[in-house]
Amino acid sequence: MTVLVDKNSKIIIQGFTGKMGSFHADEMIKYGSNVVGGVTPGKGGSKHLNLPVFNTVKDAVNETGADASILFVPPAFAADSAMEAADAGIKICVAIVDGIPSHDMIRIKRYMRRYTKSSKMTLVGPNCAGIISPGKSMLGIMPGHIYKEGRIGIISRSGTLGYEAAQQLKNLNIGVSTSVGIGGDPINGSSFRDIIEKFETDDETDAILMIGEIGGPQEVAAGEFAKENMKKPVIAYIAGLTAPKGRVMGHAGAIVSAYGESAIEKVEILKECGITISKNPSVMGDTVKKVLEGK
Amino acid sequence: MDIHEYQAKKILSNFGVTIPRGGIVYSPENAENKAREIGGSRWVVKAQIHSGARGKAGGIIVCNTPLEVAQATDKLLGKKLVTNQTGPEGKIVNRIYIEEATDIEKELYLGLVFDRSSESIMVVASTEGGMSVEEISKEKPETIIRSKIEVAVGMQNFQARELAFGLGIEPDLIRRASDTIIGCYKAFSELDATMVEVNPLVISKQKQILALDCKMSFDNNAMFRRSQVSELRDKTQEDSKEIFASDRGLNYVSLDGNIGNIINGAGLAMASMDMIKLAGGAPANFLDVGGGATPEKIVKAFKLVTMDEKVKVILVNIFAGINRCDWVAEGIVDALKKIEIKVPLVIRLAGTNVEKGNQILKESKINYIEANTLEDAANKAVAALNK
Repeated sequence: MTVLVDKNSKIIIQGFTGKMGSFHADEMIKYGSNVVGGVTPGKGGSKHLNLPVFNTVKDAVNETGADASILFVPPAFAADSAMEAADAGIKICVAIVDGIPSHDMIRIKRYMRRYTKSSKMTLVGPNCAGIISPGKSMLGIMPGHIYKEGRIGIISRSGTLGYEAAQQLKNLNIGVSTSVGIGGDPINGSSFRDIIEKFETDDETDAILMIGEIGGPQEVAAGEFAKENMKKPVIAYIAGLTAPKGRVMGHAGAIVSAYGESAIEKVEILKECGITISKNPSVMGDTVKKVLEGK
Repeated sequence: MDIHEYQAKKILSNFGVTIPRGGIVYSPENAENKAREIGGSRWVVKAQIHSGARGKAGGIIVCNTPLEVAQATDKLLGKKLVTNQTGPEGKIVNRIYIEEATDIEKELYLGLVFDRSSESIMVVASTEGGMSVEEISKEKPETIIRSKIEVAVGMQNFQARELAFGLGIEPDLIRRASDTIIGCYKAFSELDATMVEVNPLVISKQKQILALDCKMSFDNNAMFRRSQVSELRDKTQEDSKEIFASDRGLNYVSLDGNIGNIINGAGLAMASMDMIKLAGGAPANFLDVGGGATPEKIVKAFKLVTMDEKVKVILVNIFAGINRCDWVAEGIVDALKKIEIKVPLVIRLAGTNVEKGNQILKESKINYIEANTLEDAANKAVAALNK
């Protein structure tokens, strides 16, 4: 089993014919992802990048059997597109787009409560780099070649810091089973806890590297979950030691507004949960290596 | 995005919240007339800046005659007010709000925020109005009551009623109090707010429930559909470098140190700042040029960082993905033809085509220090500072 995507995942691109959608669809195809078509309302019936374009996600699912989608639609329409994907039976949807209003994210999540757990779509993002299972499939915008195939799961709020980690691991000859960018927004589709839970049951993953930052309760929630439920080792780095309180640091969600949301507090709480802390961002790879060797 | 007190009051009054009579003025003459127009015998002159704790900083003056109102306005207008939230540089007072004074019987606290754990809207209330919510949670946590509102159905009357009774409000005023709480909730949910705070919410001696001071913040991501709210932005209340940045699609936060940063991605930017601190330095700014780090953005970023006189070293850290290092390097070389850098420059490239990128930098005539890892970059930046 692979977490979230594998070679068989049939991918459609929502916002297929736009500049971003076209560019990244092409990158994904080059990587070997199984892209089967795309959706742009009003352009159904045409071809783009030699693949069929559909008016609705339902049409795309009916015709191609698609089960995964990636959104490249503008922020104002992103919530609508995500709900359309959920309703059409897509199993995994990645929202790359930065700038979705928080009220819209809440609306998507409330909408998805109508589905039972087994029929509910997993939404990853928004404002994220997406998902890659090296050598199998890429449902995202990352540079695929920096990921070596292997057995470490990565979860990161930040895109480029996730790349930094993958590169450090590759330099140490350590590979990645799946890397998931959950995004930098205050309210996101999948949390750290949601994804580490998937890694715990994934037989292709031995250890998990969690890359968090200031703001929000998610790192702590994942730590508490790990303490109670996980057997696999978890390594974490939290960015934002020097971030001032009450300021938004680039990511809409990177703001310290309550106890337990600063980098120092998160590190303390995660340590108490038995998680190994990478003491700085330059040694994320080394810390993973030490944990693996200690086993 | 933050707005002024008087703007927040106007919004809340449109949602059924009662506010004291008042008006905005821009000159002492204006102020005197406004006081007469409002009527009564006591007025409060309130400096409008984007900060709380204005009272302690001398930004709120109670007056007994219209002439005093004019004098107080004269004293505050054009002044920089320094509060514990503005930083040492303070914020300029360009607008004065004149309000009739209220005979206060009781001060309460009412706040609404997003609760990121439950992904719902949380209403927080306390009988200890007038203190900041941080002070209340430290000193009188037992007075805090919370109510989680399910956004799909909105706030129900019973929830507002429970809060009102919880605040010890007398039975005759419960209806008014619940309408006030529901009004604040509606303003929050209908205008894409991220925070509404009424502090204090007061019960007057005349048994009115009034929003005496309020604050609202809004979701920047939702401004495309809230043109009336976005018009309320007051750029005089923001850091000039931060405005320069946001107008150019850069994420920038001004900090106290002297190592300027140009980095792609918010997480990597925070991580680089952390490395600078661990290496014994201090960052002058947070600057995320976006995951793509296009040459145009890099030129703008150099302009922005060199505007800051505190900056004694510049550290560039780009992890190139789809945008390759050679392309980023060309962007840097190009930027440095347009902008003169007088301080040491440390550049660390990583990711796609890193060798090619470093070669382009070496072959160009630019004067810089090459770094390989995050740690190396931070150490070299701090070392360059001490030379």
